[in-house]
Amino acid sequence: MRKGKISVFSIASYVLVTLFSMFCLLPFLMVISGSLSPEKDILKYGFTLFPKSISFISYKILFLDANRILNAYKVTIFVTVAGTFFNLLINAMAGYVLSRKELKCRRFLSIYTIITMLFSGGMVPWYIVCVNYLHLKDKIIALIIPYLAYAWYILLLRNFFQSIPDEMHESAKIDGAGEFTIFVKIMLPLAKPALATVGLFAALGYWNDWWLGLMLVDETAKQPLQLLLRTIVSNVTFLQSSPNAAMMQQVSATIPAEGIKMAVTIVTIGPIILLYPFVQRYFVKGIMVGAVKG
Amino acid sequence: MKVQNVYDKRGNAFKVILKDIAKHKSLYMMFLPAMLLLLLFNYLPLSGLILAFKDVNFKQGIWGSDWTQPIYNNFIFLFSSDSALRAFRNTIVLNGLFIAFGVFFEVSLALLLNEIGNKRFKKVTQSITILPYFVSWIVVGVFAYNFFSTDNGTINGLLASLGIPRVEWYSKPAAWPFILVMINRWKISGYGAIMYLATLTGIDSSYYEAAQIDGASKWHEIKYITLPLLRPTIIILTLLQVGKIMNADFGMFYAIVGDASQIFSSSDVIDTFVYRGLKQTGDIGMASAAGFVQSIISFVLVISSNLWARKMDKDSAIF
Repeated sequence: MRKGKISVFSIASYVLVTLFSMFCLLPFLMVISGSLSPEKDILKYGFTLFPKSISFISYKILFLDANRILNAYKVTIFVTVAGTFFNLLINAMAGYVLSRKELKCRRFLSIYTIITMLFSGGMVPWYIVCVNYLHLKDKIIALIIPYLAYAWYILLLRNFFQSIPDEMHESAKIDGAGEFTIFVKIMLPLAKPALATVGLFAALGYWNDWWLGLMLVDETAKQPLQLLLRTIVSNVTFLQSSPNAAMMQQVSATIPAEGIKMAVTIVTIGPIILLYPFVQRYFVKGIMVGAVKG
Repeated sequence: MKVQNVYDKRGNAFKVILKDIAKHKSLYMMFLPAMLLLLLFNYLPLSGLILAFKDVNFKQGIWGSDWTQPIYNNFIFLFSSDSALRAFRNTIVLNGLFIAFGVFFEVSLALLLNEIGNKRFKKVTQSITILPYFVSWIVVGVFAYNFFSTDNGTINGLLASLGIPRVEWYSKPAAWPFILVMINRWKISGYGAIMYLATLTGIDSSYYEAAQIDGASKWHEIKYITLPLLRPTIIILTLLQVGKIMNADFGMFYAIVGDASQIFSSSDVIDTFVYRGLKQTGDIGMASAAGFVQSIISFVLVISSNLWARKMDKDSAIF
């Protein structure tokens, strides 16, 4: 377009974008640095971009309490996998139904779905419904089912199914396939790009969620990773209730509180950082096609 | 005779629907799970809005609790509570700031990224700017602590090395609107820029070629071509956000501000206020009254902002 000419504006673009990227990356680097710094350095110099010297004590102590971390990991992985699967299934089925023009109640069902995006009863009624009527308190499924049906995903998938030519459906129908078979065998494979996007959003949502845990699950054994992070960050002495507290004492006479907060943060975001380069492009594509129409 | 006709028609419509359901049984069955879940987690809580007029009793639930005497009793407490009014004010002010800075940062970032010719560089930097969107607010809370903690925070470390005394950030309310805007921009700018970038890449390059033949400067191109073409996207995305101005991002405030009550005067919002009433102080009457007011105002705002957005572009509103 603008060939050969290096304008002031394009140089400025490179500079500003680089600066903003560094700003985005900075907190991540600081946490890594903090998790590798000996406690005395943190207390003396504060959190710094690069560690003054390297120490793995924070990680060592953290892994002496590995059971609880592994347990929280298990909860989060289970919630993410099961949640994403059922989320996709339920919303894809609903989106598919809304895309079938022959249904007389299609409009009513669309409105029924859209209304949930416009009105909200708020936190208090939601909480009372979950606890009093659905008895979700301290159940592991409480971390999954409240997020399963989501109007935005339903409409996004409906739009995608609408873009699939009707002939696909008709030829399968002539072959005598039932509706559910057509959906599973023909429509779902065709909808892979949309399912990838919704699945990614759903998985990210479940992985990062702690709201459901905060509201509905008080038992520590059933709490997800993000809540364990919060517990340890707000109260490092929590670690001393570990059965391995004595061994922790041997590794370090005092618990390196600040270093541990950073180490547990790294343990929490590790999988996301590792997977990020692979999933990121589906995410960007998904937002671009995600403009929901009514 | 006429009455009979109407009756027939209604009866027929009902029959037609039943017939349709019988005919497409398996299709309707496939909608059932979503229908039930939306009923339980969206429609049932919606009926719970009446709690605002009740003396909430957990054992008796939504419908069993007694009505308050007088019926607006919870609202008397709500509107005479300084901290409730403060929460409403903070929600609107902070969300207003987030929206204003959001538009500026997101449009600027999209313009800058669009200007970058090196594809690899563009891809890597765009990925980095979206990365913060992928971490939870709890993690962001730790990041914030890294920078602003009084004893070990980076900011105070820098101040100390310049010979400036340490600042107790978590007891300086005046600083927090600024800090929260900064954190909000850090987390969401890259994500928000995606939509604008999509619009930008769709602009026909012949506009720019024509402008260049006429000797337009870069600034003129942006001012007279790019921004006018971005205008509908900007207006619509902003409108949709204004529709949600009464809803604070609970996660953000809970994870970053938390129990630091010394900065509540500038950073306690409706959602955290309601949460405390529900889970900590037990003042559920006031919490549900606050939630009620929030829901009603939100409803009006969402409907009107969507109607307005639809006027501009039929495809962008949710209904």
